[in-house]
Amino acid sequence: MNWRTFYAMLQRDGHVARRNLFPTLLQNLLQPLLLTFVFGRVLTSSGMLKAEYKNILLPGIMAISMVISGIQAVAMPLITELQFTREIEDRLLAPMETHWLAVEKIVAGMIQALVSGLVVIPAAWLMLGSGVHISFQNLGLFAVICVLVALLSSSGGLALGCSIGQTQIGLMFSLVVAPMMMFGCAYYPWSALRSFPVLQYAVLINPLVYASEGLRGSLMPEIPHIPGLAVVGALIAMDAVLLVFGLKKFQQKTVS
Amino acid sequence: MGIGIRIENLRKVYDSPPPSAARGGGFSFGPARAGSKDKGKKKFEVVALDRITLEISAGEIFGLLGPNGAGKSTTIGVLTTRTRPTAGSAFIGECDVWQEQVKAKLLIGVVPQRPNLDFALTAREILLFHGAYFGQGARQRARRSDELLERFKLTDRADQNVRGFSGGMMQRLSIARAMMHDPQVLFLDEPSAGLDPQTRLLLWEIVREYNRQGKTIVITTHYMDEADTLCDRLAIIDHGRIIAQGSPPELKSSIPGGYLIRLKFDRVPEELTADLRQLPGVTEVRSADAGGVDVYAGCGGPLIGPIVGAAQARGAELHDVHIAEPSLETLFLHHTGRSLRD
Repeated sequence: MNWRTFYAMLQRDGHVARRNLFPTLLQNLLQPLLLTFVFGRVLTSSGMLKAEYKNILLPGIMAISMVISGIQAVAMPLITELQFTREIEDRLLAPMETHWLAVEKIVAGMIQALVSGLVVIPAAWLMLGSGVHISFQNLGLFAVICVLVALLSSSGGLALGCSIGQTQIGLMFSLVVAPMMMFGCAYYPWSALRSFPVLQYAVLINPLVYASEGLRGSLMPEIPHIPGLAVVGALIAMDAVLLVFGLKKFQQKTVS
Repeated sequence: MGIGIRIENLRKVYDSPPPSAARGGGFSFGPARAGSKDKGKKKFEVVALDRITLEISAGEIFGLLGPNGAGKSTTIGVLTTRTRPTAGSAFIGECDVWQEQVKAKLLIGVVPQRPNLDFALTAREILLFHGAYFGQGARQRARRSDELLERFKLTDRADQNVRGFSGGMMQRLSIARAMMHDPQVLFLDEPSAGLDPQTRLLLWEIVREYNRQGKTIVITTHYMDEADTLCDRLAIIDHGRIIAQGSPPELKSSIPGGYLIRLKFDRVPEELTADLRQLPGVTEVRSADAGGVDVYAGCGGPLIGPIVGAAQARGAELHDVHIAEPSLETLFLHHTGRSLRD
């Protein structure tokens, strides 16, 4: 394994991400923060939602930001680079095994997902105003879940980026990303689905559920949530499946 | 100094369209998916290389010549780790390309058929990052990229994003990038397609200069003049097979007679072809379809009078005459029965 090459590629991705920092942040964070403002500030201040709702919303918004930005950071450039222009070719010809390039993309995506997630906490906190109670008792669990969610989003990005073409990006958002956000337990805890038993179990295939519930459980343990151990187990399993699938697809797409 | 290349019994069968041509998988709601319900699903299979064996010596400029779809790019693809061979082996120096990929990648530089520059970067950054991928230090990278930008006349646009570059500039930058890590073997896949004559001459000069440093160059082309002037040795490929190989003069002298006179009559009675065969200096006469006849002979112009005479004697009318001097074009025609651009 050639770490110098690996590190040079990370530097390249970092360089491109820094150059596009402002548009990338806007793309990843504007929508969740607007949602935070409307649901967490407008609706709670006007009394249409209870003030405690803020505590439910914050971890969910963080999960959405991490998942969306990880997917975007890996899938979007990959879709372009694998198209007709084959921009990725110069990195495929670099002295490193092909699958390490996929691993590098995942690491770069994880860093972006973690940055997005950590930026959301203070931003959303400011936007929500008073009444948010974050607990820092479970920092260890919080860190583990953050890393697993970041891995989930970027390996999901790899799998999606290698499976769809440029013309289907819109479809990816309406068919994959939008339902994932709506049924990802980001805007409500999983326990709120109790009155829809079928749906409650159907949403368990949605990885965002574990991201939201895991972050909720570690930041706001007083809100009912799926147990931390179950969340960690599910995230590890989903990470593994997406990673293996993504790496396999990547190999297929890059070597003819 | 210098490294050779060896290909043994190389075979490549594509069972799906190559990735760049493939439709995006995953979601496809088009008719392709609907058709897959049929049990007798049509199997996609294309034999791109059919047991090719080839040896390229260290320090030579070797040309792969053939029409589009002959298998030139697939050969390059296998040698540059981008296309997995179905059978056979490929060596760069002593290194088996498909066993020791990373080692092979360190030895080669590749200029692709279509520029595949990193559109997120500027010209200078493309070279700098390429150097970094190959483990060059910061100072070395900076010096080498400056040199190459200067050499390829790109200095004034060095800090602009390559998205706005013209086709010729992209091609020049692709070549500069391939030379950035000073590889022992340089592959150029159709490098002069779409270049203006001036840039083409610059390209040839650069290739020759690089070759003088003892580097091995492999170039694919369908331009006969390029192969003729640039290459020390050539292999002519068609339908995934090598149909001839040798130095350009050797290959040219292998054509019977050397000159090719392509004739077009309104009709070709058999007696006429027999008569043409009897003319002085004629070595071979081949009938093509629709009144075409190819005459291979030791001379060109002096035969025209007798040919016209023979045609008149047999009541055939001559519509068109084309005399081709001994060239790779006539060689290709001789071996395949087709012109390179057919």
